[in-house]
Amino acid sequence: MSSSNGSNTGNSTSLRLKTGLAEMLKGGVIMDVTDAKQAEIAEKAGAAAVMALERVPAQIRAEGGVARMASPKKIREIMGAVDIPVMAKCRIGHFAEAQILEELGVDYIDESEVLTPADETHHVDKHAFKVPFVCGARNLGEALRRIAEGAAMIRTKGEAGTGDVVHAVKHIRQIVQEMKILTVLGEEELYSKAKEHGAPYELIRMVAKAGKLPVPNFSAGGIATPADAALVMQLGAEAVFVGSGIFMKDSTTFAEPAEAEKRAKAIVKAATHYNDPKVLLEVSEDLTGAMKGLAIAALDEANLLQTRGW
Amino acid sequence: MLKTKKIGVLALQGDFDAHRRRLEELGAEVVLVKKPEQLADIDGLVIPGGESSTFLKLLGEEGFAQLRQFVLAKPTFGTCAGAILLAKAVENPPQAGLGALDIDVVRNAYGRQRDSSIREGTFQGAPIEMVFIRAPKISRLGPGVEVLATEGKDPVAVRQGKTMAATFHPELSGDPHVHRAFLQLVEDSEDNFRDGPSSKHRIP
Repeated sequence: MSSSNGSNTGNSTSLRLKTGLAEMLKGGVIMDVTDAKQAEIAEKAGAAAVMALERVPAQIRAEGGVARMASPKKIREIMGAVDIPVMAKCRIGHFAEAQILEELGVDYIDESEVLTPADETHHVDKHAFKVPFVCGARNLGEALRRIAEGAAMIRTKGEAGTGDVVHAVKHIRQIVQEMKILTVLGEEELYSKAKEHGAPYELIRMVAKAGKLPVPNFSAGGIATPADAALVMQLGAEAVFVGSGIFMKDSTTFAEPAEAEKRAKAIVKAATHYNDPKVLLEVSEDLTGAMKGLAIAALDEANLLQTRGW
Repeated sequence: MLKTKKIGVLALQGDFDAHRRRLEELGAEVVLVKKPEQLADIDGLVIPGGESSTFLKLLGEEGFAQLRQFVLAKPTFGTCAGAILLAKAVENPPQAGLGALDIDVVRNAYGRQRDSSIREGTFQGAPIEMVFIRAPKISRLGPGVEVLATEGKDPVAVRQGKTMAATFHPELSGDPHVHRAFLQLVEDSEDNFRDGPSSKHRIP
């Protein structure tokens, strides 16, 4: 986000602060936690931030029901336990939950498809907030629509709570490939691309010029092992979110804290040394049994979280 | 003759890429440092913003010791988390510091992300934009520490010998002055090395 002149005012000042915090998280791991104890383990293992939740995606998937913003009491407990940034999720389009989270003082809001959507048409107008937002995307058009609404960080949606990395890979590949294509097109071709992606022309033009998103591009959704983290980062993700993969043994039971800590540490190292197979082997070596998980191919379309949002 | 300086940017985690871009714009050759052995090969080091507690975990005890050896001997510039790492003592909560600067630092001293801000301060007498993100504050200045920049009454950039630190993020602003000052420090340290320890010690 280096601008060559100092003429940054109003909105762009706010966006620079929002993406600024995302810059600080690069190369890091953001871990889902459901209580102060897990948050402390995450921080001790080297997490760059934590996501405060009532239930991790694997539990939400297993238990069903309406998934909402975590209780402020729970989030406050986690904010009090660690010194790293704390994020929390609101439902898609639920700007009142977002207002509550902003008032609470969380450092980032994830407008997340993991929770039950509150609006079938509209996402939150994220420009209206001082707190930065991260949103999920499956392709470039979706990423740019979220950025147009004010998202200061994009993450792949993948398929949360499965421990299956296949769709995180699909989405990061899709986004990177669609950006590459824009860079070789002529000016006159960008207008129809804007239409095709359903994204504002100005943002399409920015990507065509820079070859990357105007905000940091992270990966999430099914990352469960150090190798998974290294995979999405080699494909172009700038940091990773690990949800159920650290603290869950399977969709309903938590892993032993010592086991979770070991896994957390290993994934943190893998995110830093993602292109160094020697380190990746070293950190993978003494890990036993990753989360059991669900193969996405065996899930019904109706059970996919990634199709929430547009 | 001016030879291209090789500047390392500690790339364990954080906004190392923003520093890389700025340093390259200013003509430096940049190496992203992830392993201690890479320190042997560089003329100066930048420790970026990010999470200082994450840096410490990723360094480990051995990496910390080797980094300490480097920063006590060679020009180093830390921003935000990097400034925290270079300090002698760290509060809120207490954590290890490399001790290259005789300062104490308080983490997250302004508050949370909603208290992050872009302000105007003064760097070496001239106004400069300063991006503060969950920034620390310098709570104590040792006698040998020179204040390079202030914001309000707070010292926000300092230097002691070959070490420089800023609690804000010059790598996220358009203004290249702070990085230029660091590259000059690297240049001067080389001169000192060649001409003996008593020669000029200046920052433009």
